[in-house]
Amino acid sequence: MIELSTIPSAPRVTATTSRLTASNRRDHFLARIGYRRGDHRLEPGLYALGAPSPESPVFVTANYTLSFDALRSALDGVDAYILVLDTKGINVWCAAGKGTFGTDEIVARLHATGLKNVVSHRKLILPQLGAPGVAAHEVKRRTGFWVEYGPVRAEDLPEYLKTHKATPEMRTARFTLRDRLVLIPIEVKGALLPTLAAALVLYFVGGPLASLAALTAVLAGTVLFPLLLPWIPTSNFSTKGYLLGLLAALPFAAASFLRHPDWAWWQQLLQALQFLLAMPAVTAFLALNFTGATTFTSRSGVKREMFAYIPAMAWTFGLGILLAIASIFVL
Amino acid sequence: MLNAYLENTLVYNAEACNGCAKCVEVCPHAVFEMDGRKAVLARPTACMECGACQLNCITGAIAVESGVGCAAAMIRAALTGQKEATCDCA
Repeated sequence: MIELSTIPSAPRVTATTSRLTASNRRDHFLARIGYRRGDHRLEPGLYALGAPSPESPVFVTANYTLSFDALRSALDGVDAYILVLDTKGINVWCAAGKGTFGTDEIVARLHATGLKNVVSHRKLILPQLGAPGVAAHEVKRRTGFWVEYGPVRAEDLPEYLKTHKATPEMRTARFTLRDRLVLIPIEVKGALLPTLAAALVLYFVGGPLASLAALTAVLAGTVLFPLLLPWIPTSNFSTKGYLLGLLAALPFAAASFLRHPDWAWWQQLLQALQFLLAMPAVTAFLALNFTGATTFTSRSGVKREMFAYIPAMAWTFGLGILLAIASIFVL
Repeated sequence: MLNAYLENTLVYNAEACNGCAKCVEVCPHAVFEMDGRKAVLARPTACMECGACQLNCITGAIAVESGVGCAAAMIRAALTGQKEATCDCA
């Protein structure tokens, strides 16, 4: 008599293609603007791209639609299996940092899908950026599967698959203008509610110029900063943010002098200083918060920067607000 | 002007290196290079402390205090009293 549990059940394999549909593109757009950010996920498990045979390669990815779609669309014309890990709808690199794209999940997913009964070889091709969560030698020891780290970007896979050797260029994480541009909507969205609230309050307390100053400082930190990052002088995000914020505050400082020619010089200066102190602090804080979106800042560096500059941001911002309150009484 | 990113926690013990070159393969910033049968630190200041090299180094020749280089996460951790900052940009 055969025990039921010893019969290997036929592994469930879902068919997929390299073609991105209009619905896929709509989903990508919604993910990029941060609409229901946690919901851009697909079912973890084994997928068949094209018509794979037992000799076909196995690619591993995250169950975030942008990750999965980047992989399958890069593999146009390739017959392959795709093993989708449960990363809770988070992309490969971030999930690897959290450990959800990790050794344990690979081992569990290999067992759950019965991949060893589907393919004849014992090799998995992982995205290089999965490596912070995966110990290749541990996967080998626990499952017999050999981990090969492919290139950083899925778009380099066709070239990589010719030799299974990645060039140094394919191994390097970049942060191009396009990479930075697609992040802007998320940055704006994150700051939107508190900014609108502040602008509204400032409109009634300080007038339209103060309200516009708040919007400008935030837009400088969330739109201009990602855009101009590599070209702003100095090394730290805080100082870069201060410089950019100072530039954004200059027109407001100038307006303080030009709009009130009847005021004494110290009254004009008092108003100009409010903008020059408060606005750069806001932009610098937003710039510092952008570190997490980049591809290169280290934890110890960010920590050092936080200790060095956050007090200065708080002081200059506080002083600017204090001057604004004081000027209600003297201007 | 201070550059907060010139120092990091990456420590490499070349004597323990077995020359497998996994660190060269996994590093997204080309911190390691092979020099004959040993890995060498070619660009140590480019390290972002992701931890991939340490995790994939079978001989334990690499140590790095890995974590998220994200001010927003660290501020959130400090405000909510978490010990370790984690990515929560769900």
